[in-house]
Amino acid sequence: MIMELFWYIILAIMLIGYVILDGYDFGAGIIHLFLAKDEKDKKAITKSIGPFWDANEVWLIAAGGVLFFAFPKLYASSFSGFYLPLILVLWMLIFRAIGLELRGQVNNEMWKNFWDRAFGIASLLLALFFGTALGNVVRGVNLGGVENGESLYEPLYFFLPLWNEEFSPLSVHLGVIDWFTLLIGVIAVVALTIHGGNWVVLKTSSSINDKIKSLNFKLNFVLLILILTSFGVWHLVDPDPFRNFIAQPILWIFPILALTGIIGMFKVRSFNKEGYGFIFSSLFLAGALASSAISIFPNLLPSTNNVNPSLTIYNVSADFYGLNVGSYWYIIAAVLVAIYLIVQYRIFRGKLDHNDYGEH
Amino acid sequence: MEDMLLYDRIQFAFTVTFHYLFPQLTMGLSLIIVIFKWKFLRTKVEKYNDAAKFWMKIFGLNFAMGVITGIPMEFQFGTNWAKFSELTGGIIGQTLAMEGMFSFFLESSFLGLFLFGEKLLGQKLHFLTGLLVFIGSWASGYLIIATHSWMQNPVGYEILTNGEYVLKNFGALFSNPWVWPSYLHNQFASIVTSSMVVSGIGAFYLLSKKNVEMGQMYVKYGVIFGLTSSILVAFPTGDWTAKNVVKYQPVTFAAMEGIFETEDGGSEIILIGQPNTAEKRLDNKIAVPNILSFLTYQNWDAEIKGLNEFDEDLYPTNIPGLYYGYHIMVGLGTIFIGIFSLAAFLLFRKKLFDSKWLMWVLLLVIPFPYIANTAGWYTAELGRQPWLVYNLLRTEEGISPTVSSGNTLFTLLGFIGLYLLVGMLFLLLVGKIVNGATTKKHE
Repeated sequence: MIMELFWYIILAIMLIGYVILDGYDFGAGIIHLFLAKDEKDKKAITKSIGPFWDANEVWLIAAGGVLFFAFPKLYASSFSGFYLPLILVLWMLIFRAIGLELRGQVNNEMWKNFWDRAFGIASLLLALFFGTALGNVVRGVNLGGVENGESLYEPLYFFLPLWNEEFSPLSVHLGVIDWFTLLIGVIAVVALTIHGGNWVVLKTSSSINDKIKSLNFKLNFVLLILILTSFGVWHLVDPDPFRNFIAQPILWIFPILALTGIIGMFKVRSFNKEGYGFIFSSLFLAGALASSAISIFPNLLPSTNNVNPSLTIYNVSADFYGLNVGSYWYIIAAVLVAIYLIVQYRIFRGKLDHNDYGEH
Repeated sequence: MEDMLLYDRIQFAFTVTFHYLFPQLTMGLSLIIVIFKWKFLRTKVEKYNDAAKFWMKIFGLNFAMGVITGIPMEFQFGTNWAKFSELTGGIIGQTLAMEGMFSFFLESSFLGLFLFGEKLLGQKLHFLTGLLVFIGSWASGYLIIATHSWMQNPVGYEILTNGEYVLKNFGALFSNPWVWPSYLHNQFASIVTSSMVVSGIGAFYLLSKKNVEMGQMYVKYGVIFGLTSSILVAFPTGDWTAKNVVKYQPVTFAAMEGIFETEDGGSEIILIGQPNTAEKRLDNKIAVPNILSFLTYQNWDAEIKGLNEFDEDLYPTNIPGLYYGYHIMVGLGTIFIGIFSLAAFLLFRKKLFDSKWLMWVLLLVIPFPYIANTAGWYTAELGRQPWLVYNLLRTEEGISPTVSSGNTLFTLLGFIGLYLLVGMLFLLLVGKIVNGATTKKHE
């Protein structure tokens, strides 16, 4: 039992790490799409993520690897059930990466503009998709494909189309995108735009930094309203989200962290140190994601029917021996990863837009 | 259901074939770059550093391609092969997760520093970042081969009553007798590809009479690495790999060698011929008696089991494909040894750079190590059919139970379109880098 919990926490940490790290470069991409007008701004933004974005993406691959070996049944169930959205995510990741890699390779305005748009739009869609994915995990899916009380598939499996006519999380026929998951997706876009903006402010002395700060201030209101809206409807998809917090009051620390983050973010224009904005948006993301994870625990993917049980960390995990032996190599690897991160962020500390690093 | 299996297999085969065009260059090339950089550190001769810098540009582009085409490989285990992931994820997930944690973080953290950080880091640290990227990419290859080896020759597992595979012995994943022969065979083949690209682009510079000094150096080093690695691919590593197939997958061995009937008094080796699976014989064959028995068992008369000895249910699903994959790989590998031997001989006689026709050969042969590597992987993977996990889990049992064939065909077509675009952009940019260097005068 303890091993399942260990790997669940590791998985949660890795996914939160992924969202905070790749999230800032998605957000930088969205800022790039809407705010960067001239070549100087664009260069400043791409330089601020240049040394990092590739390593940030590894968090997704590594989290996928951990999910695969620690919870193989969840990997099988969710990756095949969310078939199309996942393949679309892959294509977006490819577009985004070639946009970043190729824009500087040919010195031609049209070429650069095209890949700039590809990079920006792919960043926006990825933020939307990952938010929608979180919405799906909270809402749950029709495990076993139950129709009229009969399972069409094995209890573990399901399949979701991208959307269907009802567009509702409450209908019998669910889709990946409905008004609830889309709301969470939009929250993700807004939150990551703020987060990415904070990163750009931290890592550049670009002329758009002031524009970013005032945009972020406005976006904070939007974010707050969206989150309150989501609280208003949350109980429709998850009737008892507070059960774990009531059982273990110490866990309230995570919602409090998220709240601290959002309050701090409102002071974006008056910080005397530019790193504070990024710290508060990171706190918000970590607190909000951890709270969501706790609210569904021990479920990993809730079932929306009464026939088949939800997928929990206990019924989808690998055998004890594998989980146990994995914990040894994982700890060694995690120490190495921490060292790489320290080296990487120390070498590239400070403002990056006047650094000639990353020029092709 | 039939369509579904076909689309799933084509999609995986297509995406992994395309993906492996890039790592097969970067693994070998990282070694060659590290050696150039090392020579520069020792001799302080600037042209070694220029060589390292030039190849790093090609390396960086190939590496990026390898990364973006690599993520779909991991995802597809879950999206298209869910049943396989459900049953065996607790085992193959170990090595795949280790690849992410041990290799990808290492590579991605130091690649950028290696590509752009020369001034920032100074020469010694820059060499170190190159070395770390090399280690990361070779560790990644090792963990993938360990995963592949478990599917070819499953070890250290137990099957529960519900069909799930659980790991019983972690060490067995790495002491699997399939691992080291395949790994070394594959890595030397990767060095062959990168040597041929290095010597071929050197030959291009010599033939176009631009950047001649660097061109001569690339040809020289390409030929030296190429001769060494092309011999080591065949012997001993290719030999070890084949002996594993005879031992653990005898029916595959019979199919890839084109042996339909067991022969008394030793088996012949097939040089040329087309498998006729309907009539169970080889058309138009040219063969040399008893050689195969000798190569396999060091005994001219040893018996090698023909396909007739096995149940048809166990036959590899695509016998001609397997046979051709194997023969193309071996045929090309032999030709490579010939080309590199001749080039090395002329290099030794100091006549290589003036031999215009051989420069043309070195240039035009660039695509062929890619074909040989691909053919070799097709031999391994078609040879594993009809199994996903050899002798335990059949391929049709591994696909996702809820994904429709319409969805799979859609994504297959999408991947084909996207990769065509990516491939064209790649070639365009490699051409630009290679041609750009010719105009730059080296002092």
